[in-house]
Amino acid sequence: MTTAEKYVAAAYGVFVGVLLLYIVIYSFKMSRLEREVRELADLAESRARASEPEREQAPAL
Amino acid sequence: MSLRNNRLGALALAAAALLSAGVALAFYWAPEDADQGFSQRIFYIHVSVALTAYASFGWAAWKALRLLWRRDERYDLESYTAVHVGVMFGVLTLVTGSIWARISWGVWWSWGERQLVLFLVLFLFYSAYFMLRYSTEPGPRRARMSAVYALFGVVLIPISFLAIRLAENFIHPVVFTREGPQMSGSMFFTFLVSLAGMVALAFALHQTELAGKRLDLRLQELRKALAS
Repeated sequence: MTTAEKYVAAAYGVFVGVLLLYIVIYSFKMSRLEREVRELADLAESRARASEPEREQAPAL
Repeated sequence: MSLRNNRLGALALAAAALLSAGVALAFYWAPEDADQGFSQRIFYIHVSVALTAYASFGWAAWKALRLLWRRDERYDLESYTAVHVGVMFGVLTLVTGSIWARISWGVWWSWGERQLVLFLVLFLFYSAYFMLRYSTEPGPRRARMSAVYALFGVVLIPISFLAIRLAENFIHPVVFTREGPQMSGSMFFTFLVSLAGMVALAFALHQTELAGKRLDLRLQELRKALAS
């Protein structure tokens, strides 16, 4: 491999490397968002369950 | 939502296809430059990345202008994301340019080159955008301040672009002149394919990041609503 070939490979490699790094960082962000959605869904579900007995009691009142 | 996802998928696919074609054309089809030899092949990636960085900053300024004009805050996120993508392409421009400079001129950087220094100033200006943004509380004031900053930065783009044409002593090559591109047809075609791929990639990244940031904001709103 000549010196010029090494430098050209480095330039294209840097591009691919930065792109891969971006994808890795973004995949972490997506995992965080997915976890937050799951937490919020659980919270909404527990709230709905907690308010169910109140609704059931309402006609008796 | 699924239509948007399909469009984004198609855009990412087009970017991947164009970039792969650009690399294949650069290495197997475009002729070797008589002056620079094999190292000239960095041109196809370096110039495409640099022009895409300019385009991203220009896009950010356009969205900033729309925010100030229409007072619609959704443009704030679009402008911010475009600056983010532009800075990423700015890093790539500086690194690939530096590698090319080392093999062509024997130095990693030349402070005497107006084109390089002005691009660095442009890059640092937009990097400081994040410091300004995160030093202010979220809200309409921050959106307006960020928009004004993004608009000011766009003035540097034509200066940076024209600097090389105004310079008398330069070593940075001038490829695009008033007489047209100073390269063979096959080289120019290869460059256009690479540029199209890079612009498609930047747009796909912008749209993906924007969707993520919007989702993040909605989740925060939902969390607040559920907490109250």
